[in-house]
Order: sequence, then structure tokens, then C-alpha cells
Amino acid sequence: MLQVSVANAIDCDIHPGVPTIKALLPYMSDYWREAFIARGQDGFQPASYLPNSPLACRPDWREGDAVGASRLELLQRHALDGLGTGLAICNVLYGGSFAISETMAAAICSAVNDWLRAEWLDRDPRLRASIVVPTQNPRLAVEEIERLAGDRRFVQILMPVALDMMLGKEHYWPIFEAAERHALPIGLHAGSLYRYAPTTNGWPTHFLQDYVGNNHAFESQLLSLIAQGVFLRFPDLKVVLLESGVTWLPGFLWRARKTWRAVRPEVPWINESPIDIVRRHVRLTAQPIDGPADPAVLERVLNQIGSDDMLLYASDYPHWQFDGDRVVPDGVPARLIEKMARDNPLATYPRLRETIQ
Amino acid sequence: MGKFVVAPLADIPPGTQKRVHVAGRDIAVFNVGGELFGISDACPHQGGSLSTGATVGLTTSSEPGKFCHSRPGEFVRCPWHSWEFDLRTGQSWCDPRRFRTKAYDLSVEPGEALVAGPYVAETFGVSVEDQYVVVEF
Repeated sequence: MLQVSVANAIDCDIHPGVPTIKALLPYMSDYWREAFIARGQDGFQPASYLPNSPLACRPDWREGDAVGASRLELLQRHALDGLGTGLAICNVLYGGSFAISETMAAAICSAVNDWLRAEWLDRDPRLRASIVVPTQNPRLAVEEIERLAGDRRFVQILMPVALDMMLGKEHYWPIFEAAERHALPIGLHAGSLYRYAPTTNGWPTHFLQDYVGNNHAFESQLLSLIAQGVFLRFPDLKVVLLESGVTWLPGFLWRARKTWRAVRPEVPWINESPIDIVRRHVRLTAQPIDGPADPAVLERVLNQIGSDDMLLYASDYPHWQFDGDRVVPDGVPARLIEKMARDNPLATYPRLRETIQ
Repeated sequence: MGKFVVAPLADIPPGTQKRVHVAGRDIAVFNVGGELFGISDACPHQGGSLSTGATVGLTTSSEPGKFCHSRPGEFVRCPWHSWEFDLRTGQSWCDPRRFRTKAYDLSVEPGEALVAGPYVAETFGVSVEDQYVVVEF
């Protein structure tokens, strides 16, 4: 374990938790404050991360809280001081990103962003954040990006990976346009709006299937971005896959390249191998790494990605992905750990470079 | 090596293609609107017979969603994995430096000239009245 080399690392995926809707009410309009109280609605945790599931919060980080990482002092103690983190990017997974109602989604997202600023970013200079947006309505999403882009502590736009529709469609292009213009990568996090069954064969019965099934969404959304020409239209756009598992990538890339060679005239604007497009535009947080137990085999798989620029160090705090302080599993080459922890995040998130050099 | 008569021109009219065997080599011959092209028949990927592939034009694009079609019939798609090869150069479109098949120079000669040599026709007689496809390598 080369923990020394990740001291002062940039943690690209931590998850402050919204304890209850009450925490957000001060950041809502009078209408929505009254509406949430009148309706008695609460519990907007995404179904992908039920608060009591072992995955949602590591037991020794919970300290009696129903919602993991819902107190700044715990996050500071466990994730920042505990793991020796220099900077960390907060990705809040909460109902605004998932709601059926576009207007309610916008109200919750906006409240989450302002709550993040006031109660997290303002209270610890090591914290940065993603803007959560209502992808359910791209026009409202862009309004929220414009409202917050001036705050340089927001370094990314966060979206669940399994959305209302294929991500490459022009429906979403206004979000990409705003993202590129403000130098904000698009972070796609595991999780679904559940507009469709998360598998192509219908609804799974168990959480096991649901969580593992995120891989389908990452693959299809990434390929949609490539095939619809998003990276041609937005050449400076970066996409970060958060909590995707990493090791699926080489096999996916080989299949994408092989099939592209066969059906290229169908997407003639794709004039280079999908592998080259992905290496230029896509990054992945390295938590979890779904690897084999043998570190030597894991190293071989990681080398198959064919680039040391793509992985970003992340703890995924408070999600239970590892024990102790073993953030990086054995088998990740030392040269890669160095790059993951600092160079790659700085190259991926232009706004981080403004505060760290 | 020399010049070889590969087929009577009448055997490969415009819009058709044919595999010929010349001096130990399999060559895929295409007649695209009267212009003759010859490439090595074996696909450099896994050996599919390019002479049995569909000829297509070149599809390019200026931006996502736009299709530009040019050079009708001047590419062949391998029947096995659909990779496209440029009949003029033998290069694959997807990876032209790594994957290419040999392109041959073909010409059409009157039988009258061929009878005199130095041409070699391996499997058929040459008639002075007809036109023939000739390859040189």
C-alpha cells in the first residue's frame, strides 16, 4: 500500500447527505417551503442508495446518523482529515435529480446547491462541489448552471447516469453547451431516474441486480454521447464517470471499436476510433475498482485501459467501498496513483487549477 | 514478374466484380462504371474474400447528423466484418495504415496485342477480336 503518495490528494467523489427536507427549506421559495410542509413529503434519498443499506454508509462512519455524511464535522474527521485529503468534490445524490415533477426537481436542486454553499463550502476551504441540476428539463438545468457558474467552487455538473433518455440526444445539448462554456465537466454518477427498467429485459428483483446493472447505463450513455457526435459538437467537453467500477472499460472499448469499424457509415461524423474519443474526453473515478483479488491481475486490467490520464482518485465517502484507509486497492501501479491523486484531477477540472498550483 | 491476362473484359461488365487467380495470387477485380480496379482478394483483417463483398460509396460527414455520399461504388465492404476498403488504394477506411490490402494496376488490352506477348494467360485462350483485362506486377 502506497498511502504516502496520496497524501494531500484530490478526492473527486464524496457525498454529503441531506439529512431531511427540513435542512433545505431555508433555501427554498415561500411556495415550496409551504408545499413541502403541507404535503409532509420527505425521504428524497435516491432509491439506488437506501439510507440503511450497507453501501450507503460505512458502519464506522455512520455514528448513529440515519443519513450518512449529513454532518460536516463527521465528513471532516473521516473523509478530509482521516484520509489526508487536500481538496474534495462534493456530489450530492438527492431527490431533485430524480423527481418526476420538473418544477419540484428544480426547486430541490436549487436548494441543495445553496445549502451546499452555505453549510459546507463556506465552512471548509477544502471543499468543492458539483452543481446538481434538474436534467428532467434541460432549460431549467441551464438556468441553474448560469445562476451558480460564477461561484468557482462549483467545478462540475452532476447528473445521474440513467436519465429520461439517451444522453447524446440534442435534448441535452443545451446542458453540454453551458458546461463547455463554463469549463465544467459533466459528472455522471451511478443511479437511475427509474423512468425505464434498469435492464433491457425488464425490472430486476433485487438490489444486487440494480446496482450491478448500472454498468449497462454507463456503457449505453457513453456510447450515446460518442455516436450522436456530442464530442464533435463540444470539443472541450469532459465527462467524468463517477462510481462506475472502472474495469468494465477495456472490454467495452474493444467492442465499441470493433462494431464501429463495421458500421461506420451509419455514424460518418465519427471519424476516429471510439477508443481515441474516450481517452480524450472521458475520465473515471477510481472508487470502486471492481478488480480481481490478485493485485497482479488488477494491474494488468488497468494497463489495458491504455492511458494513465483517465483515472481520478476518489474515496466515495461515505459509501462503503473499502475498510480502514485503503482507498486505493493493491495492484494499482505506483505511477498511476501519483497521477490519479493530483495531476489527473487538475487536468480534468480547470477550476481546481485556479486554487492549486 | 510480368504482365498477366486476368480475364476477358466481357466477363466483368460495369457494376460487376470477380475473383481471378493469377500467378499464384487471388485478385478481386471490380468494374466500377467502366473503370477497372484490382485489389488482393483476402481481407487483411481475417481473410474474408473481398470479391464477394458489396461495393459502396464513401460516406463522410461535416457535422453530426449530416451525410455526404461520394465516389459511388469505389469502396468494397468485406463480407465478414463489413470493413470498408478503398478500391483505388487498398486501404481500409477505419485504420488505413495498419489494415490495407494490395492494390494492383489493371489495364485493358486488345486481344490482337496480347497474342504477340509478353503476356501470359494461364487458363484461357486469347482471341484477337476481344478486349482483355491485364494486370502487371
